[in-house]
This record gives sequence, C-alpha cells and structure tokens, in this order.
Amino acid sequence: MIDPKQTHVTHQWKHDRPLIACRFDPQGRFVFTTSEDNSVQRWELGSGTKVVMKGHDSWPRSIAFTPDGGHVITGGADDLIWWPVATEKPEQVRRVVAHKGWIRTMSVSPDGKLLATGANDNLVKVWNITDGSLVKEFAGHGKDVYSTLFHAGGEFLLSGDLAGQVHQWEIASGKLVRKFDAKQLHTYNGGQRVDFGGVRTLSMSPDGKHLACGGLYKATNPLGSVHEPLVLVFEWESQKLVQSHVGEGLKGVVWRAIFHEEEFLCGTSGGTSGGFLLFWKTAEPKDFHRFKLPDLTRDLDIHPDRTQLATTHSDSHVRISRMTPKKS
Amino acid sequence: MKKCTYACGTEEHVISRRQFLGDVAASAGVVGGLGVLAGPASAAKLAKDQKRVIVVNMAGGLSQLESWDPKPQTDTGGPFRAISTSVPGMHICELLPETAKQMHHLAIVRSINTKENDHGKGGYAMFTGRRQTPAADYPRIGAVVAKALTPETSPLPGHIVISNGGSGGRSNDSAYLGPKYASISLGNGKPPQNTDLPKSITEASDQQRQAFRRKANDRFTLRRRTAFTDAYAANYEQGLELMKRREIFDLAKEPQADHDRYGKHDFGRHCLLARRLLENGITFVQVTHSNYDTHNENFNFHLEQLGEFDGPFARLVADLADRGMMESTLIVVMSEFGRTPRINNRYGRDHWGTAWSVCLGGGRLQRGAIIGKTNANGTAVADREVDHGHMFHTFMQAVGVDSTGSFDIEGRLMPVADPSSTPIGELLA
Repeated sequence: MIDPKQTHVTHQWKHDRPLIACRFDPQGRFVFTTSEDNSVQRWELGSGTKVVMKGHDSWPRSIAFTPDGGHVITGGADDLIWWPVATEKPEQVRRVVAHKGWIRTMSVSPDGKLLATGANDNLVKVWNITDGSLVKEFAGHGKDVYSTLFHAGGEFLLSGDLAGQVHQWEIASGKLVRKFDAKQLHTYNGGQRVDFGGVRTLSMSPDGKHLACGGLYKATNPLGSVHEPLVLVFEWESQKLVQSHVGEGLKGVVWRAIFHEEEFLCGTSGGTSGGFLLFWKTAEPKDFHRFKLPDLTRDLDIHPDRTQLATTHSDSHVRISRMTPKKS
Repeated sequence: MKKCTYACGTEEHVISRRQFLGDVAASAGVVGGLGVLAGPASAAKLAKDQKRVIVVNMAGGLSQLESWDPKPQTDTGGPFRAISTSVPGMHICELLPETAKQMHHLAIVRSINTKENDHGKGGYAMFTGRRQTPAADYPRIGAVVAKALTPETSPLPGHIVISNGGSGGRSNDSAYLGPKYASISLGNGKPPQNTDLPKSITEASDQQRQAFRRKANDRFTLRRRTAFTDAYAANYEQGLELMKRREIFDLAKEPQADHDRYGKHDFGRHCLLARRLLENGITFVQVTHSNYDTHNENFNFHLEQLGEFDGPFARLVADLADRGMMESTLIVVMSEFGRTPRINNRYGRDHWGTAWSVCLGGGRLQRGAIIGKTNANGTAVADREVDHGHMFHTFMQAVGVDSTGSFDIEGRLMPVADPSSTPIGELLA
C-alpha cells in the first residue's frame, strides 16, 4: 500500500563523481543515472550492479527510453546518444547532433514514436525515436528551454523555459496553441544582473485536469542560492492557477515533480536546506509530508511500479526510496 | 630674480602661469621613467601617440575554467568543451566562440596566484597592483593611467568608468594622485553630471557670466594669486571645454549598424560607448560586466553571462584592430579572482585566487601569447606563477609607462607600481 508518510530509503549506490539525472527504464529493471564525469551509469535494481557507459564529451543532463525498453537515449551539452538498455556492455548505436547548446530536457510521446528535446538554443525539436531523424522544430521561446512534456492525448507538446513561459504546441501543425504564464518561477535580479529560475519540470495529472510547473521563487540572492521551492498547478482547460505548492522553511529548487495516481504530487527539492522529497495534495499549498534525504538532490524519477522513487545526489549516490511501510 | 606672481612672494613661487601649467604637465609624467608627456607636443601628435587602456571588469570573479583556461574531461572541468581559436594551439572555453576568433590580437596569462579570496581585497589587488593594508591607499589603474598618459591640456577626463547604474559623479579611487584623476562614472552610459547647460540659461547669457567670472578672477589674482587659484581657474576652463565636447559621450552619434552589431543590452551599448570614448581620446575606460559570483549554478550563469559578453567584446577587439588602435590601446579582461576548480554541491564554484587567468592584449604585448600554466585539473599554478604586482607592472609597461618610475607628488616620489615586483618581461614585445 502506497503511503508517502512511510517513505524510506531502501538502497543507495555510489558512483565515483557527483550524479546529475536519473530515470528508471520502462520495464523497471534498471535505474540510469548521469554524472559530472560525462558518463552514464546503469544500475541493476536487484543487485546494484553498475555498468558505466562512456561516449559523451560533456555532462549528460537528460535521459529517455524507447517504450519497448530496447534503447536509452541520453542528451548532454554535446549530442543525443542512443544506447542499448540491457546488453552487458552497452555501446552507442546512434549519435545525433541535435542542438547548438545544452540539451536540458527530453520526453517521449505517449505512442512511443517521438522524442522531444529542448535546449539552450531556445528551440524545441521533435525526433523520430526509431531512427533519430528530425520531425519538427518549434521556435518561439525567448530563453533557454528547460522542460518538455507530451500531453497524454498525443496531440500537444508542452515546453517550459527560463522566463517562466510554458508553450503548448500542436505537434501536427507546429503551431503555438497557447501559453501558460508561470512567471512566478522566473526572477531577474537587477543587482546581480542575472535571469534565474525557470520551469524546471512539467507534469500532467493522471486525469488530465492539472498541469504542474516546478522550480523556485523568492530568489533574493540567485548567485548565493537563496531561493525557495515552488510548484504552480494550473487547471488544464481554463489555464487558471489553482495552487502554489511551497516547501515552507526550505531553501532550494524543485528539480522535478511528478503527479501520482494516488492523487498526490511528489517532488524533490535540493538546495542549501538539503535534499527533500515533498508530497503535496492539490487542495493544500503546503506539503502534507516531507522526507529528508542524506544529501542534496538533483533529480527524481518514479518506478513503473509507482512505489519506488530514485533520486540523484551531489554526494555521488543514487538512492532508491519506497513509499510503503518498511518490511520488518 | 623675477618677482613672484603669487601673493606669498616666496622664492619657490617665482614662476609664471605658463611655467606653472607646464610644470603641471610635466609632473603628469613619470619621474625617472619614460616621461611620455614631459616634452611639448602638438595636439595632433599627442592624439596620435597617446596610449589608451580599456579594462573590462568581470565583476564577481569570472571562472577561468569556463573562459581562458578550460579543463574538459577532468574532475574539475565542468560540462563545457574547449574550442580552438585563431591562434594555433590555443584553446578557450566553448562559451566564447566569437572571442576565439580574435585571440590573435590577445594574450592569456594563466598562472595568476594572488592568494586572495575576498572580493574587496582581490579587486583592490588587481586594480592597484598592491595588497590592501590599513597603512596606505593606492590609486586604481585608471587613475594611474590617467595621470601618466593624459595630456595635461586635454579638456577631457582621463579616467572614465562606465557603470551599470549610479549618478555619474566622481569616485574616490585616485588616492594620493588627487581628485583630478578620480574616475568619473557614466551611470548606464549616460554623460557626466552637470555637463549640459541648464535650460534656463541661454548660450549668450552663459558667455556673459563666464566673461564676468574671468574678469572677477583676473582682478582677484592681481593681488591674491596662489597655485590653488590657478588650479581653480584651469578647472573651470577645462570644464567648459568638456561641455563643448559633450557629444563624445553621446552614443546616439554612432551608426545604427554598429548599435545593431553590438546589441541593445547594456554590455553591448557600453562596449560601443567605450570604443567611442577611446577613439575620442579618453585615456582610460572601464566597462563592467556583472555578475560572475556564481556560488550557485555556475554553469547556467556563465552560459548566460558569457553569452552576453562574447559578441560585443569580440566586436570591440576587432574594431580596435581594424582602426589601427591596437598598438596604442591596452585591453584587459580581469576580475578580482577566479573560481574554484572544485564544483560545489549546488553546481557552483566559489572564490579562488590561487590559480586563475586574465586575458589582455594590445600596446606592447605579444599577440597570441600564453603565459604560464596550471596543472591538469587547474588546482594549482604549474609554471610561471605571477600575481597582481606582476600584472600591474605589465599593464603599465604595455602602454609605455615605466612602471619602475615614480610620480612626484608634491616633492614625494610615489612608485607607479609595487617596487618589489616586476613586469612579465616575456609578454612584452
């Protein structure tokens, strides 16, 4: 039985260098992570056995999978790379020069045929996930694209940027349908003369009624990491802002937030307060439960079984937490 | 003996006004040094020979690893790659693609160790060439350059700081060189304060009141003349000349095509204004680009900041070269310190004065040179360690100022640069 208040760490495995992103493969056999040493790691969930995959010449920041679990795709400041998921020693099978700049986000369409990428060149691109060919390019963001998400219906693609703007694109026509204004997630600090924040994560509720946009606010000192986590929840149809989820007393940023079928939103906040898993109900702005992890978090994913969470940490660990009571 | 023209009547003041101004001009040079302004020269020759300096202050502490000394594929290197430049074998960070094309005009010093991790003290060291102590205050580079290189007869201020904000007044950064050499701040590129005629005063009435002032002044100085009254009078006349030439601060006079090339953001406008000021004979211009104090999300912020810096700076270098000004103009890109090779848990880099870089070029400097190096992952200087003292000497020598000389300040010799240090000889052509 899933109960966020019972969340506890079940496994932790350490790499040689700080970790960045994490994703479970669709079949739930592995968790993949990326590291500041430019490598990708595959961790077998049963044993914790690690396989290191080398090929990027910069930090990989994003991970996606073909739905059949055959391939994992990683994107960094250089290229997109396709790797086999389960072979003993995965070697890259395809490499695509995708963007001018850092690939920060990837997502896969509900039918598993398309891969969306967003990058520092302010562009969103959609690729044929099977052969890596470019299908469509979406231009219109004024700043770096930080997040992408396919709508469950498959008709639309969402992308969020540094300025706190979420664009809803019609995939077939390439037209911008509308924008969600999440500018609370953006700060321009005139003293430091920096833009900061942005839409770091997007998630749709399972019933399709709500869109969550996560990041940070109250950035009084962006360069000194004085800011607080925030998730804005919009009603999908009306675009009305219906909730602002905060992490009261915490300094940090919501790196990722994911709606769960059990009608809560799970997010991770990393920052000077440390690393936390935060759990919110849509009706309440404050988290109904928070679980402190041993170190700052940098990414979050949820296992296909919907009970396990993976988090990556600056102390080089990937941690697996379970939202069920501890086994005695 | 001639009769003293000053009211005190002392022998020391047996001097004509012309001689006085000449001496002031001479004292603007460097005693024991090259004395670049010691001899009389026509305005045209001065303009042709005049050396100039532009400092781009990367406020907060630019990361050397994301700029001039990349260490890709190491534990400290971060996510960015190194790219080749117009100098064979010289690589810089991929965040500077436009600047990379201009590196044949520039040089890099990669082995700076100031042993200073404090913003204020680090900035003081780099801008004065001395370590900050309670016992003494030293003039900033702009004041030194202004005193050493600005023709005394120039109606223009020699020390301009283009700031991101502020009201446009004088700063207190010239120490014993006196307020004449203190920086005038151009707040967000606006002209100096009080250099336009008040709307309530017509040109004719202004001429009348200036004539009255001169008449009253002349009458006063007949019996009460001192060095101070002469200086006051000279300052007034210099101020009037500055008002006449106010349009050199007017960026709108630059072609629209150049506005488009440099960009509409503040740093682009400030670089274009710097070019205009240098072309019009301002000796020292400082432009600030802010902010690089990236304890948090260093890579995002360097991506953002250097993305703004790269184009305008590269265009400025290219334009100065195209206009034949590199021989006479020193370009320096520096900070108060660099940033730690270690990446902290918030993707940040912290203060680091131990092994970092400055980019510079023009004047007597060798083009395309790389001085010194750091170890494989940038945690220490591996060769040719230098500090702020060496850098300051080198800045001075690059524009023909004998950094081993002294300023004569009311009879007291004040060294131009720290006498215990030396220039980086191999960087000077």
